[in-house]
Amino acid sequence: MKHLKRFFAIVCVFTLSYCANNSSDKTGTTEEKAETTKPSTADQPNGGITLPAGFSATVFADDLGSARHITVNTNGDVYTKVDKLNDGHGILRLRDTNNDGVADSVSGFGNYKGTGIAVGGGFLYATSDENIYRYKLNNNEPDPASEELIVTGLVNEKQHSSKPITLDNAGNIYVNIGAPSNACQEKDREKDSKGQDPCPILEKAGGIWQFKIDKKNQSYKEGTRYVTGIRNIMALSWNSEVNQLFGVQHGRDDLNRLFPDLYSEEESVELPAEEMFQLKKGSDFGWPYCYYDQRQKKKLLGPEFGGDKVKTDRCDGKGKPIYAFPGHWAPNGLLFYSGTQFPEKYRNGAFIAFHGSWNRAPREQQGYFVVFLAFKNGMPSGDYEIFADGFAGADKTPKGAAFRPCGLAQGPDGSLFICDDQKGRVWKITYKVS
Amino acid sequence: MIRQQATAILIIVILFIVGCNDDSIPQATMDNGKKVYNTYCLGCHMEDAMGVPRMNPPLAGSELLLNDKTKPIRIVLRGSEELKGQPERDYKNVMAALGSLSDQEIADVLTFARNSFGNKAPAIKESDVKSERSKIK
Repeated sequence: MKHLKRFFAIVCVFTLSYCANNSSDKTGTTEEKAETTKPSTADQPNGGITLPAGFSATVFADDLGSARHITVNTNGDVYTKVDKLNDGHGILRLRDTNNDGVADSVSGFGNYKGTGIAVGGGFLYATSDENIYRYKLNNNEPDPASEELIVTGLVNEKQHSSKPITLDNAGNIYVNIGAPSNACQEKDREKDSKGQDPCPILEKAGGIWQFKIDKKNQSYKEGTRYVTGIRNIMALSWNSEVNQLFGVQHGRDDLNRLFPDLYSEEESVELPAEEMFQLKKGSDFGWPYCYYDQRQKKKLLGPEFGGDKVKTDRCDGKGKPIYAFPGHWAPNGLLFYSGTQFPEKYRNGAFIAFHGSWNRAPREQQGYFVVFLAFKNGMPSGDYEIFADGFAGADKTPKGAAFRPCGLAQGPDGSLFICDDQKGRVWKITYKVS
Repeated sequence: MIRQQATAILIIVILFIVGCNDDSIPQATMDNGKKVYNTYCLGCHMEDAMGVPRMNPPLAGSELLLNDKTKPIRIVLRGSEELKGQPERDYKNVMAALGSLSDQEIADVLTFARNSFGNKAPAIKESDVKSERSKIK
């Protein structure tokens, strides 16, 4: 009997420790994963990314946080807008005083988070998700006290609320007001919920608005809805060669999840295209009623509005893309290259930063790179090629990716800057003839 | 002696069942929960439940999912509307209401999510969902 008691005691201890181990194993998994998927890449060649022959990159700045968009002043100072305050600052100035490709002086101002940033005509422009501000540059030094609110009260309902901006050369600023919706259903992203027709969102969002650069407190009344029928354009840029506005749209999500009888998983992953547009004043690109099927090369009627994968209906008259990329790559940055440092083929062509997909799950995610698309006379003149890759590292998932390219800018010497909003790394890319 | 051995084995079995009580979620519940997860949740919360930074929250380690039983049930029934105006509504995308799922499907998928991806929390029963649903309507 004594034996039996001792035996029970051992069994008890064994049982409890077995169960404890079991549960601690489980809770351990995510932590371990988080550690092992984020290796340090600062010392790797080109700061952890791959580039075509002849190009090299330095890590210009690192660990800034959520570095969304980026711009470079004529004196070479780099500004990035962060979407999480960095030491209380929403705008960071990165200055490379000894010209070694690494910013040695970082300072900040502006106590709001956001995405958009642009510089021109002696002013720096930056956005929160509702407002556009500007700052005077005195001898290239931004004066935080000169802050002016030039545009205010823009739609901010979380979804697609980032406000990328670009300047033309005629005193105007353009801002994307993304639609706070996937396809303007009565209940957003809910299966069997009807599309609203007409879509009321288009009145104050779902387009690009134009404002004056130098008037205070403008809002919808003072601005112009420059183009409409756009879901969300993060990659927005004025092309000074042809004096036209261009953008690359985030196409709609969830065709298969919302319409499983109509779209296969494979179709839902590749469709619709991420469309590149020439944004001519007054154009309507069809959102939410239409989407672009790059396989049929047609604007089709969306399933929420009676579409059947074939019908074009009212979409026949809508603005067409000038180039179509595969679905869900998430174009977040656009730059027309006007420099002379890079080889001739890059002149006036477009660099596009693809943040990387999430709406391709459970299939493999794509994007997470910067592509180059050659242009001639303001139109694409070939197929895209991947320019900078390897940002994600081993784990190409939205959370696991080491970096996600988000913003692009060109330095006065023709160098290319890329910023990342996963950790806040900035790369400076240069070209050297060997 | 044989009787003693039988008692011993019985007690060992009971000890395992009692000691590992938290792990005793039926495999069928986990299987069905996973099926529901893959159809309705994975698209946004991802296969590893790590979510999409800024846009869709992770479920791995999620306090909203794990801290009590009623909150996750209400979020599935009402979508992100349930969190409107609260600090927890800090991700950009909306979550659609999934009230069209059955009480059993919601119970299973929540039990699955609360006991996968490194999570560990008590199972949610069909009756828990039923009771919460009646409060909403």
